[in-house]
Amino acid sequence: MSDRPVYAATFAPSRIGAMVLRQVYLLRASWPRIFELMYWPTIQMVLWGFLTEFLLTNSSYIAQATGVLISAVLLWDVLFRGQLGFSLSFLEEIWSRNLPNLAVSPLRPSEFLISLMTMSLIRTLIGVLPATGLAIVFYHASVYDLGLPLLAFFVNLIVMSWAIGMAVTALILRVGLGAENTAWLAIFLIAPVSAIYYPVSVLPDWLQVVAWSLPTAPVFEGMRAILIDGQFRVDLLIHAALLDVLYLAIGAGLFLFSYHVARRRGLLLQIGE
Amino acid sequence: MSTSTTDRVIEVAGLCKEFNGKQVVDDVAFTVTRGQTVALLGANGAGKTTTIAMLLGLLLPTAGRIQVLGEDMVRHRYRVLGRINFSSPYVDLPRRLTVAQNLIFFARLYGVPDPKARLRELAEQLDLGPLLRQRIGELSAGQKTRASLAKALINRPEVILLDEPTASLDPDTADWVRSYLEAYQERRGASILLASHNMAEVERLAAMVLMMRGGRIVDRGTPSELIRRYGRHTLEQVFLDIVRETGAARPSRPERGTAAR
Repeated sequence: MSDRPVYAATFAPSRIGAMVLRQVYLLRASWPRIFELMYWPTIQMVLWGFLTEFLLTNSSYIAQATGVLISAVLLWDVLFRGQLGFSLSFLEEIWSRNLPNLAVSPLRPSEFLISLMTMSLIRTLIGVLPATGLAIVFYHASVYDLGLPLLAFFVNLIVMSWAIGMAVTALILRVGLGAENTAWLAIFLIAPVSAIYYPVSVLPDWLQVVAWSLPTAPVFEGMRAILIDGQFRVDLLIHAALLDVLYLAIGAGLFLFSYHVARRRGLLLQIGE
Repeated sequence: MSTSTTDRVIEVAGLCKEFNGKQVVDDVAFTVTRGQTVALLGANGAGKTTTIAMLLGLLLPTAGRIQVLGEDMVRHRYRVLGRINFSSPYVDLPRRLTVAQNLIFFARLYGVPDPKARLRELAEQLDLGPLLRQRIGELSAGQKTRASLAKALINRPEVILLDEPTASLDPDTADWVRSYLEAYQERRGASILLASHNMAEVERLAAMVLMMRGGRIVDRGTPSELIRRYGRHTLEQVFLDIVRETGAARPSRPERGTAAR
C-alpha cells in the first residue's frame, strides 16, 4: 500500500472530521470550557423558572401555558449558543494563530464552514440539553412537550445562528480581532424583534415588518401557537425555513468574500493575537 | 542546462504584489526543480515571506504566474495543497493541543492513510517521543521547531516551503534540523524553497540562491558562484554587499546569471 496521502480534490468529509476532532481535543482538555458551555443556559433557565412560578399566579397570559417562558428561554439559547459556538470555534483558530496552517492545507472554505457548523451543534447540545433536563426536574416544564415541531424549531434557529456566525466571522476576517466582541454581541441586535417572550403584535408596525423578515419571530410565534393554542402553524415554519435559506446564503457569501479579500490583502498571515 | 517540464516543481514568472500602491514583490521569476533546494535571501522587508505566502496561496498576487507541481496556484491550488507543506516561525500550531494531538489532526486534514503509524514514524525520526503528550504551549523554542517540522512533513510533501526554519534555535539544534532536512530530501526526492537569514544554513543546504532586495531578485547563483562573482570570501559578505548596495552590488547593475531559471 502506498504511504502517500489520499488527495481528495473535491469535498471531503474526512477533513471536516479532522477539524471537529481538533475542537473536541480542545474541549476535552478543559473541563472549565465544558462547564462554561452549560453554565449560562442553566442559570437563565433557573431565573426564568422562578419568574414563571411567580407569574403563574399573577398573569393570565402565563397561566395559559406554564412552559411558554422556559421554552422561549431554551429556544433562544439554541440561537445564542449556536452562534457563539460557531464564532468561538473560528476564533480558536485565530487565537492559536492556526489560520495560515488551515489556509495552506487541502481544507476548503466550504469544509471549514461545515466543521464550524458541526462544532456549533455540539457546543449547543452540550450547553442546552442539561438545562432542559433541569427544567423538567425543578419546574415540571418540558420543552419536549412541543413534540416533533421542537425539532423543526431547533433546526430553524440553529441554521439562523450559523448565518449570523458566518457574518460575524466574515467581519473578524476583514477587520481582525478588534471585532471579536461581536461574537458575543451580534445576536442581541435581533433579540428585541425576534418576539421571544412576547408576540410580534406588541411591536410598532414598522418593527413588525423587520420581525417578519427574520426567521426567529415565526419560530417563537409558532412555539406559542402550540403551547397556548395547541395549534401547529406550518405556514410559520415554512416562512422561517425560507428566510433561513436566504440568510444562510448571505452569511456564506459574506464569509467567502471576506476570505477572498483576506487572501488579497495578506490578512490571513497577520490576523492573530 | 535545461530542465524538462516535469522536473520543474515550482515555476514562477512575472510575480508581483502591490500593497497600498507599494510594490513589495516586483517581477519575480524563478524555477525550482525536483530534489533541489533553493534559498531566498534578503534583508527584512525584501519580499521573501510575501513570495512564499503567494506560492502557498495565502496571498493572491497582483500579477504573474505561479505553478507548483504543474498546477496554477491561483486557480487550482486545491489540486496540489495535499502534496506540499510549510513551516514558519510566524505561524503556530494550536498551543493547547499536545504534540500528538496536533500531528494526528494535521495527518487527518492531509488525508494521511494511517495517522497513528505516521505519528510514530515522525516521533522516532525527530526524537519527539518524550514530547508527544506535552502541549505545544509548554515546549521550548527548539522543541516547538521540531514539532512544526513534523507537521510540515506529516503528508510526506514533495515540495516544502520553509520560512526561517532554524530561527531562534541553538547551533546544535539548528544543525540537527538541517541534517534532518538533507536526509529527508535525499530519501524522498523533495524540493525545498527556504527563506533564511542564516548564511551558513543557506551555504550548506541550497543549490541555488536568489538574492532579493526591494521586492526584486537582484542576483542569483550557487553560493560559490555568488561568492566568486562578488569577490568575497563568504555568502554573508555578499549578502551585506547586496543589502547595503555597496561594492559589486550597486543598484545600477542588472541582475546577473540566470542559472536558476
